[in-house]
Amino acid sequence: MVAIALPPIVIVLVVLIAWQIIATATGTKPTVLPSPLRIIQQGWIARDTIWLNTVPTLQETAIGFAVSLAVGWILAIIIDFSPLLRRALLPLLVASQTIPVIALAPLLIIWFGFGLLPKVLVIALVTFFPVAVGLIDGFNSTDREATNLLRSMGANRWKQFTYVRLPSALPAFFTALRIGITYAVTGAIFAEYVGAINGLGIYMSMMKNSFRTDLVLAAVFVTAAVSICLFLLTFVVERLIIPWHSKERRSRRG
Amino acid sequence: MVEPKIELRNLAKTFQLAQGQSRHVVDNVSFSAQPGEFVAVIGPSGCGKSTMFNIMAGLETPTSGEVLVDGKVVTGESEHFAYMPQKDLLFPWRTILENTALGLEVRGMKKKEARAKAADLFATFGLAGFENAHPFELSGGMRQRAALLRTVVQSRDVLLLDEPFGALDSLTRLEMQSWLQGVWSENSWTAVLITHDIREAIYLADRVIVLSARPTTVRLDIKIDLPRPREVGMITTPQFADYEKELIDTLHEESRKAMAQQMPTAV
Repeated sequence: MVAIALPPIVIVLVVLIAWQIIATATGTKPTVLPSPLRIIQQGWIARDTIWLNTVPTLQETAIGFAVSLAVGWILAIIIDFSPLLRRALLPLLVASQTIPVIALAPLLIIWFGFGLLPKVLVIALVTFFPVAVGLIDGFNSTDREATNLLRSMGANRWKQFTYVRLPSALPAFFTALRIGITYAVTGAIFAEYVGAINGLGIYMSMMKNSFRTDLVLAAVFVTAAVSICLFLLTFVVERLIIPWHSKERRSRRG
Repeated sequence: MVEPKIELRNLAKTFQLAQGQSRHVVDNVSFSAQPGEFVAVIGPSGCGKSTMFNIMAGLETPTSGEVLVDGKVVTGESEHFAYMPQKDLLFPWRTILENTALGLEVRGMKKKEARAKAADLFATFGLAGFENAHPFELSGGMRQRAALLRTVVQSRDVLLLDEPFGALDSLTRLEMQSWLQGVWSENSWTAVLITHDIREAIYLADRVIVLSARPTTVRLDIKIDLPRPREVGMITTPQFADYEKELIDTLHEESRKAMAQQMPTAV
């Protein structure tokens, strides 16, 4: 664990130290480029406010991503069972990804106000695609012969799905989940940035408008930390739900 | 004469390809197996053995002809056959015990009951103590035995074994053949084995059927009159060698025909 975490930490430290040296040596104004130490110091002073704005962002991320997972699973299962709906829905899924969210987000505010709904919609729109595509591919990656074996045992389509297609798809699902969860946090920040009552996104927007570059960056660091935590959390969940996968992978390497 | 356990009657299969073309893969295959008989099927590669097997297992429908079990037509039905594919296909998310009970569970047997039934066979299959292991923890030979256990425990009328030892190294394969031969002698399973290995066919089977190049028909059907239980040393007896020569000669001829089909200019 230490061996995995150490190299990136060293790189981050080197960058921060260089940043600190440049910021102090050149005497750049803190409104343009605050030094890392200043960001930490001012961020610490504003910690209560930042925390109060982190909580709604986390809530939006959780609800939005839950909606996205539900939509992704339902679509993927429908597409797996019906070749007709596969042909009908797959192009629409791809088309949904061509919507420029940056243009849509302000409209969502106009339509649905400053509450939770527009945030949930933005997050779901940004993240349901990797989840659905990951699952669809996962179902399809099922060994054809394994399906034949199940059929020879007398399994109907539903049993083929639960006994072999679903478990076969889970490793691909967790890969998709990791992509999705990082998009979810940035999606939430983005939706708030366009308009919200509270949250890290609107906090950054307000701090930028009052030239508090240091607090904008403090909020950026918090966002990064939250994303990394959620990303790592997916590994914990993966271990719990498909413990066989990591064990098998390790044995194949060894 | 006893009624055959399984009988194939004039089985034929033509696949429709794109642009109105078709490929005639199986042409009029007929053979049967008596109860408790072990029949090995060999043929040149690409001759349609697997198609024939898929028809027997109910995975594909024949263009014409029928499959009978105990004198009744069962074409397209899967519940009379237990099928063992070439790959072991043990699921990594299931323990060995759960994997071996799969067929029974799919049939609707209660999990506990299915697992108890499978567990009873673990000692016979040399898997005692590995009930809760995962497939990746087992050697190739053990995995194949687990796959065979999963097949046998379903208690179907006929076992269909599709090159079960094809992926094993030759030493492990020899061990497995000798072990299977031993287990066989103590049970009364009816089985059809597809193999590429002529010695494996003679050593294990009561009867060997040689299929022709595509479109497949039965080219040769010989009874293997070697006493059971068979020893590995039997491979070197003159009687064994006679069978081997007869089969090699027939197969060689068919393989050349198959080659000629695949690359007409080469032969």
